[in-house]
Amino acid sequence: MSTQTNPELAISVKDLTKIYGERPAVSHANFEVPLGTVCGFVGPNGSGKTTTMRMLLGLITPTGGSGTILGQPINHPERYLHRVGAMIEGPAFYPALSGAENLRVLATLGGYDTDMVQGLLNRVGLGDRGDSKYKTYSLGMKQRLGIAAALLPSPHLLMLDEPTNGLDPAGIQEIRELLRELANEGTTVFVSSHLLSEIEVISDSLVMLRKGEVIFAGKTQDLLLRQQPTIIAKSLDSQDLKKLLEIAHNAGHEGTIIEDAAHILGPTEWAPILNKMAFDAGIILSQLAPVLPSLEETFFEMTGDSE
Amino acid sequence: MIRVFFAEWRKLRRPTLFLGTMGAVAGVTALVTSLLFLLIDSARGNAREGQMVTRQTLELAHGLTIGFSSSAGLLGLVALCVFASQTAQEYTHGTLRNLLVRQPKRLTLLLGKFLSMCSFALVSVIVSATVSTALAFGLSGKAKVVTTAWTTADAGTSLIHTFINVFLSVIAYGTVGMILGLVFRAPIPAISLGVAWLLIIENIIAATVKNSGKWMPGQLITTLSSGGDFTASYSHAMWVVSAYLVVGVVVISVLFRRRDVAN
Repeated sequence: MSTQTNPELAISVKDLTKIYGERPAVSHANFEVPLGTVCGFVGPNGSGKTTTMRMLLGLITPTGGSGTILGQPINHPERYLHRVGAMIEGPAFYPALSGAENLRVLATLGGYDTDMVQGLLNRVGLGDRGDSKYKTYSLGMKQRLGIAAALLPSPHLLMLDEPTNGLDPAGIQEIRELLRELANEGTTVFVSSHLLSEIEVISDSLVMLRKGEVIFAGKTQDLLLRQQPTIIAKSLDSQDLKKLLEIAHNAGHEGTIIEDAAHILGPTEWAPILNKMAFDAGIILSQLAPVLPSLEETFFEMTGDSE
Repeated sequence: MIRVFFAEWRKLRRPTLFLGTMGAVAGVTALVTSLLFLLIDSARGNAREGQMVTRQTLELAHGLTIGFSSSAGLLGLVALCVFASQTAQEYTHGTLRNLLVRQPKRLTLLLGKFLSMCSFALVSVIVSATVSTALAFGLSGKAKVVTTAWTTADAGTSLIHTFINVFLSVIAYGTVGMILGLVFRAPIPAISLGVAWLLIIENIIAATVKNSGKWMPGQLITTLSSGGDFTASYSHAMWVVSAYLVVGVVVISVLFRRRDVAN
């Protein structure tokens, strides 16, 4: 397992593979995560996200391939895990201990100052519930405690598996802000989710997984720009929409009518040209908006299904 | 290692576990020691399996520790349950992955946990010895047992030897519990199988197959606690129990080190 180390990378994996019996859970995964960025790790349930994270954390042994975390090979997790915070497969703590005591167990184990526990609880919004037993926590509170535990080592790399599960919209917003804040402080955040819309908002780069294979790894914006934007046009007279589609078709752009608007595939810069062509044809447009496809739409477009 | 030790103690010291276990240990010891003195004149015996410990035996220097050593089997079962549950619960709660992220050296984690639980067992043996000794003195008058020999140097030596033997047997039971916890990865099957084997299956085999007691781990651990008995000599028990545990520990260490940690 040898992988060239690049000091600019938090994570680098090459041909990482995990096979259970005959079934490949992760197959020849190749991707890199630059230091100091928020990287979304997306894919549907069962696509291999958690298995990949487990391999990166040394919890399971890869069947093949190699990788480095913070410049250290993944087959020596003891060399890098003291700089890594992680919450994987959801939060898991001792039900009979309080939230604070659970954190103290991990702080003691990792050799961190137990005095920092209250500060971490405050940071994730559990400051006043630290003394309550873990078993009394709601799912959202458990999730927050999991994030607090991941922050114990003041990590250079934070790996979170579905951190917003069970959180209400306000909680999701808080976690988003927290992750962005951590990235601004220099922490690399590698966050998995099957909620693509969530990841789209917070990530600088993406690793997209489907059926154990990486189908995209790179900047989020690059992925979205790969897809053709849609120009949504509405006219004062809805009878004109068919005529508008015909104009677009003649100009080499396909489209369709959805409800009371024409959705025409075309680059953003073609929108004013369409506007002029419509005007010349006597069509007055009441709305003209180029819309980039969402990450979700892009994902379905790339995978060719809507799982 | 030391960090693992103290982290484990944070779990072991929680009141329900710590006080509950020590309460059970004190109760079991009190029961066994009380029966020894209160049933001294009973025709049905005052010790395990209907055996009779006479007044003359109790008045010897080692008579002070008979109640304590007789409690060893039950103390061992308590240790087996604690070691098995504390180990297996890491799997059922899913907390093992947190521990391994903070301490990726798996054998260090395992050894630290084991030593921590051994120290917990040591406290339980101290509680048992204290309760048994206090009760022995307290009940000696009622049972008309002369305690002159109990305050001699020989009695002190006997107490130390018994303490060591009981502690070793409790650790042996606990190690069996930890092995079962790691094999089954769930407390209920680990404890059920351990208790069923030690209390039922071994006794059936020992009763039906001649000389089999010499090779049964549970029987030999009990022999160890009493310093040797009619089942086997102390040295035989020590060697065979050690051999069983070494094999079990090696197998389980290799398994724990290599096994994937996944739900």
